[in-house]
Amino acid sequence: MSRYELRFSGAGGQGLITAGIIMAKAASIYEGKQAVQSQSYGPEARGGASKSEVIISDGPIDYPKATTVDALLAMTQEACDKYTHDLKDGGILLVDSDLVKNLPKGNFKVISFPIINTAKTDVGREIVANIVALGAMVALTGQVSRENAEKAVLSSVPEAFIELNRKAFSIGYERALAASA
Amino acid sequence: MSKKVAFLQGNEAAAHGALYAGCNFFGGYPITPSTEVAEVMSIELPKIGGKFIQMEDEIGAMAAILGASLAGSKVLTSTSGPGLSLKQELIGYGCIAEIPCVVYNVMRGGPSTGMPTGPSQSDVMCAKWGTHGDHPAICLTPASVQETYEEVIRAFNLSEKYRTPVMVMPDEIVAHMRERIVFPEQGEIEVVPRKTPTVPPEQYKPYDTSFGDVPPLAAFGSGYKFHVTGLNKMQDGFPTTKAEIVQAEEERQVRKVDANVDDIVTFEEYLLDDAEVLVVAYGSTSRSARYAVNIAREQGIKAGMFRIKTFWPFPDKQIKALAGKVKGIVIPEMNLGMCSLELERCAQGKTPVLGIFRVDGEPINPDQILDKIKEVK
Repeated sequence: MSRYELRFSGAGGQGLITAGIIMAKAASIYEGKQAVQSQSYGPEARGGASKSEVIISDGPIDYPKATTVDALLAMTQEACDKYTHDLKDGGILLVDSDLVKNLPKGNFKVISFPIINTAKTDVGREIVANIVALGAMVALTGQVSRENAEKAVLSSVPEAFIELNRKAFSIGYERALAASA
Repeated sequence: MSKKVAFLQGNEAAAHGALYAGCNFFGGYPITPSTEVAEVMSIELPKIGGKFIQMEDEIGAMAAILGASLAGSKVLTSTSGPGLSLKQELIGYGCIAEIPCVVYNVMRGGPSTGMPTGPSQSDVMCAKWGTHGDHPAICLTPASVQETYEEVIRAFNLSEKYRTPVMVMPDEIVAHMRERIVFPEQGEIEVVPRKTPTVPPEQYKPYDTSFGDVPPLAAFGSGYKFHVTGLNKMQDGFPTTKAEIVQAEEERQVRKVDANVDDIVTFEEYLLDDAEVLVVAYGSTSRSARYAVNIAREQGIKAGMFRIKTFWPFPDKQIKALAGKVKGIVIPEMNLGMCSLELERCAQGKTPVLGIFRVDGEPINPDQILDKIKEVK
């Protein structure tokens, strides 16, 4: 059974649970695969380490949490320290290069670029950093097509912010491809 | 026409299931990790002319739904551990006054405020023994988003059919995870209406057993007047201490469930035909168990799973039959051994019961279950 595990981690309030939901929605509603999204977070509304996990498979998914992670996003050093322990050998690690300076030891494919700063300067709004990161994760993992992921993004955001999010997704996708080339 | 699909959280699915079942009144008090149910109901109920009320606390919310149910509404409240404790007095009231209602409780770490965002399965005993006195208990423990939707509908049906409170208890993982859900068409899943009186108001008695163990219930405001109390009562609803009436009424209330276990109890059997190791699981833990059973099979171990869907009434008959056929029972649960007590009771010493108990807010992973499966000799 093809089972692909993704983890979106960072600080509470960075929108990583939303990013995970959109990835899972892209897979299960638009890509025709099966997906489960789950999350764990502390009692804080902002701050604190937070993670959102997505399992994607061609068949039914029993255990809804990660076992060994195929691809991981870390948006803070704390998240990177706390959540990379079960990243698979040969797995993908995407980090924000401004915020994560100490990388875990291991045989990972590390991709880094300044995700939050890209959202701020290239897209124009820091608030869409999660969608920049999502675009990058879609490009790096290949679990859902760019088109289906974009559909999932656009169906998940308020109408007034569709263009902003489309741009964020696209820039994230392209930056990740460039960074991993 | 293709069916409507969505990508939803267990809690959101629960609210939509309630609406499918005809719920038109929600009384609640928000609490993590159940609040999404209240959020969806607060948005959806006004659209269909239903009522949503946020009460001052959990027992107030329980009182509100009991009152609304007596006025003919189909009612829901949602809560989590500490809120369930606060509701218990009136859950007992619902049992003795025989008021249909659904209590949706998401299990988080406890006791007390415990671990609000952490998963747990430690309220399953509270579903049966939380309120004092002998009383009927029905509790459903769904394991997926789709099943949460369907089990909430079934909870409404059971509460109407047996005129008693019914609990639905997902753990936090099931309540908060998201999966694809396919919505049934109207009419595709049966919705059980309340049995209402066929006699005129002057002949009506709210506990008239000439209509069977589940007497019809009139709605307040429909011209029928009757008395409701938490005291032991006679057929007309007024209090009594007459020994033979109290004994008969208490027995009837419990019999509503006990005599109908085959109608109420549901379960799933997975790879049990030749199983030597029986894994019993419920809620999200059953998903880890299925994963572990599959790996065990790949390694040549004859493991199978009995998944409890209806926790109360407990599937005594099924477990007793299985206990005589296997070398051991493995029970993973996110508490310090609650279901395992029931399994030991049912196993009657015929086979050992090996527990995996976790209360640290982390899910029980498949490896832990696999290791325990291997301990069965």
